[in-house]
Amino acid sequence: MRNIETEVLVIGGGATGTGCARDLALRGIRCVLVEKGDLTHGTTGRYHGLLHSGGRYVTKDPQSATECARENAILRRIMPHCLEDTAGFFVITPWDDPEYGDLFAANCLKTGVPAQELTLAEMLRREPALNPQISRVFEVQDGSADSFLATHATAQAAREYGAQILTYHNIIGLVREGDRVTGAVLEDLRSGERVQVRCAYVLNAAGAWAGKIAALAGLTVTVVPGKGTMVAMNHRMINTVVNRCKLPADGDILVPIHTVAVIGTTDVHVPDPDTFDITPEEIQLMLAEGEKLVPGFSQYRALRAWAGVRPLYKDVDGASDRDLPRTYKLLDHATRDGVQGMLSIVGGKWTTYRLMAEEAVNEVARYLGNTKPCRTAEEVLPVPVTAQRSPAPPLAGSAMRYPRHEPAAPDGPRLNGVRAPIGPQPIYGLDAGFYYLGQHLADVEREHAQDELICECELVTRERVLAALASGAANLDDIRRDVRMGMGPCQGGWCIYRTAALLFEQRVADGVSSANTNAALLHFLQERWKGLRPVLWGDQLRQARLDEQIYVGLLGVHRLQAIAEPGGGLVTDDSR
Amino acid sequence: MDHRELALTQALDHCIKCNLCTSACPVVAVTDQFPGPKYVGPQAERFRRAGQPVPDASVDYCSGCRVCNQVCPTGVPIAELNARARGAMVAERGLPFRNWIIARADLVGGLSAGPQAPLVNLGLKMAPARWVIEQLLGIHHQAPLPMASTYRFRSWFKRHQAAQPATKGQVVYFHGCATNYYEPHVGQAAVAVLEHNGFEVILAEQNCCGLPLISNGDFKGATSAHAANVRKLLPYVRRGMPIVGTSTSCTLTLKEEAPEILGLHDEAVRAVAAGTYDIFEFLRQLAERGELKTDFRPMPRRLPYHPPCQYRAHRLGKPAMDVLALVPGLQLDESHADCCGIAGTYGLKREKYQIAQDVGQSLFEFVRRAGADLVLCDSETCRWQITHATGVPSQHPIEVLAAAYGLRR
Repeated sequence: MRNIETEVLVIGGGATGTGCARDLALRGIRCVLVEKGDLTHGTTGRYHGLLHSGGRYVTKDPQSATECARENAILRRIMPHCLEDTAGFFVITPWDDPEYGDLFAANCLKTGVPAQELTLAEMLRREPALNPQISRVFEVQDGSADSFLATHATAQAAREYGAQILTYHNIIGLVREGDRVTGAVLEDLRSGERVQVRCAYVLNAAGAWAGKIAALAGLTVTVVPGKGTMVAMNHRMINTVVNRCKLPADGDILVPIHTVAVIGTTDVHVPDPDTFDITPEEIQLMLAEGEKLVPGFSQYRALRAWAGVRPLYKDVDGASDRDLPRTYKLLDHATRDGVQGMLSIVGGKWTTYRLMAEEAVNEVARYLGNTKPCRTAEEVLPVPVTAQRSPAPPLAGSAMRYPRHEPAAPDGPRLNGVRAPIGPQPIYGLDAGFYYLGQHLADVEREHAQDELICECELVTRERVLAALASGAANLDDIRRDVRMGMGPCQGGWCIYRTAALLFEQRVADGVSSANTNAALLHFLQERWKGLRPVLWGDQLRQARLDEQIYVGLLGVHRLQAIAEPGGGLVTDDSR
Repeated sequence: MDHRELALTQALDHCIKCNLCTSACPVVAVTDQFPGPKYVGPQAERFRRAGQPVPDASVDYCSGCRVCNQVCPTGVPIAELNARARGAMVAERGLPFRNWIIARADLVGGLSAGPQAPLVNLGLKMAPARWVIEQLLGIHHQAPLPMASTYRFRSWFKRHQAAQPATKGQVVYFHGCATNYYEPHVGQAAVAVLEHNGFEVILAEQNCCGLPLISNGDFKGATSAHAANVRKLLPYVRRGMPIVGTSTSCTLTLKEEAPEILGLHDEAVRAVAAGTYDIFEFLRQLAERGELKTDFRPMPRRLPYHPPCQYRAHRLGKPAMDVLALVPGLQLDESHADCCGIAGTYGLKREKYQIAQDVGQSLFEFVRRAGADLVLCDSETCRWQITHATGVPSQHPIEVLAAAYGLRR
């Protein structure tokens, strides 16, 4: 039994939890973050990667819209390396109410969401794959975000300021002394060791799992896990985030992120955030809706499908999940339930994670008597070692064709109706150090590292896999989240065994049991398979058959089960 | 988006990363400069974004031989993806002067051919001159540059009169730059064979097919070259006259390269494409209908033959072998080599000369081992490469066919 003394225990290693840890650390408050899996193991690592402009919420949830617009500008400043400045379109297709365009524009103005109307010719020039029957288009400041990288960068910042991050630690119980929460009992999933945490305050940032955590303290928090299914398509047929200009519904967003385009999402109430399935109907719906945005969409190759669970908070009984507020809620259990020393953060969305953390930590700081101001909006996040960076290539020729995305002027957003000049201006993204699609290709090219690739599809070099291992990746899935290994078209067909070899070597070098590399390999293959199953037709079926030939036919991986050793510091059990 | 364009855009989705193309690629086998067809093709394409700086340059080492297309089990048009990627790179970074000039076969040929040809040829044979060219232009001093002709094919044709009246109608002959400026004898053989078979040969106005422009990434230049050819050839096509060419690369460009790679899909382009034939494709069709004259003289020879890479894209099999098989006594030994390495202008370039020589090694050995005094190949730049590397003289198969008919001048 280990003992840890700290001021604040943060539960949940997603965007919100790590955001809270960083905020606490920046204010000089000692904290420990506990996460039962890897960072971003929950909802943060399973979302489509949209950096919201706020446009999606201008009508139904204006407060969310305003928050998104503000946070969007802040995130662009503090984590450009985690974001791609794709810009976003809101398009009115023949299936949408044409009347909504004017309302949308008016509400953008009201909520402070910068937007401008584009000509259809300009839209098609920039995105030739879009449906030519689209009747109106508005441009907004959407972007795409690498939520793995952003969370790692946030955690790294927190650590640099003294926070302790414990991944693969499960909460077994919260310790309550009378009407006060005073600590927790954890299990280190790598060693099986128990850890006793004593703290002055518990910050429950477990997202969709917040209800389960609250229950450990005998409290009732009703979080409605809203399952959102997404399909990643093999390549980016569009390079701008495309939203349907209508009230939010299923399958109405197409997000270009890294090398893929993700269509999302559904919204289905599920009783348990750990147990859900993806139905063929959901996939069909996604493809059919995608077809409305990009004709021929369903003939593009679907790479993978997965689902995340939204942490929607249920105050009262809503009609449907979409009508539940996207805005987050802070539940101070002292005022709500008469239990001191615990706060639950529920609801919210990735784009506003920093704001949620700020407000939650404000409460905690007040409780602890800390008066230092929040600095998370000012300090730029560090670049994790796994995120290789190259200087942006020089702007040249045809590159000079995207309009600059000016931050919203203090007196209000730019307006639709006022046609902003669209001409040869530099790409904001490359100027400001944003991630850009060609980054890894440029890196490999510059380093002549083509023969050093472990994951060919996502251009992951041996060096980057080793960096992920060195920074504590506990299984192949962790390496995937760090460097995108196995996330490309072949879904690990060629890189899983290579990465497993590196993992094995690392463990031999570390002098720990290496036989469990087999378990890690089997676990990861199953993880990939899970996402492939819903999209097994056409090209991806061909791919899956080839992968099966490699692993089962050639390598006989099914016979590995007998000699696969669990444990040894590699956590590969998903039933936790 | 046009459905053909959509199909090409979606084509990269078919890649299952099997790397068969990488294993089969003749360029990968000899250099580290080229990371392979899968790498620069369907793989890198996922990282390229129109409107942003092109992140990579190694796609320029693709020679366009299409071995990748042929071995791909899922039908990814890798060579086409690569050609387009190179085009995007050139559109952004500009065309180096060397590539600009080397791609202008019309211009260079026009300046070289004529009474001044002996002087030009002498200059190109002198080491100091070639050294200067290499330093100034980046064309390798040993590169197999063709020898200019003292007269143009077109001026010969103006004075030419058919030996017999036509009985079977008219065909349009597409001679291409090589025949016009360097090898009029190939055109003369083609005209002789066509006329011997009862056709009237029409010499339509024409210009460079644009293939060197495409393979150097100058899509703007290539698009206008193709538009001009379509304009000049369309009236003949409309009258039902076939367009027949002796250069496998020119005919391929008219049939497929220009429409597909440049994204030109209008009705006129399609009509010209459908009306264009490789000369041996045309002759084989005659033979299949029993209309090809077979009054051959026995030719007891055994000759090495290399089917050029373009036939892979023509998807015609080996029509020259099929037709020459009709000549009594003539036996062709097929090279079974992937590529001679030259790939048009590729192997002329300073940085690619050695790659091209290395790629062609197995072919060159085959030719040397054959021990014949002549090697046959349908493509002009391949012939120049083979002769340069082996010292064995080369001919277009049509020249041998003309000789078999006894039509040699």
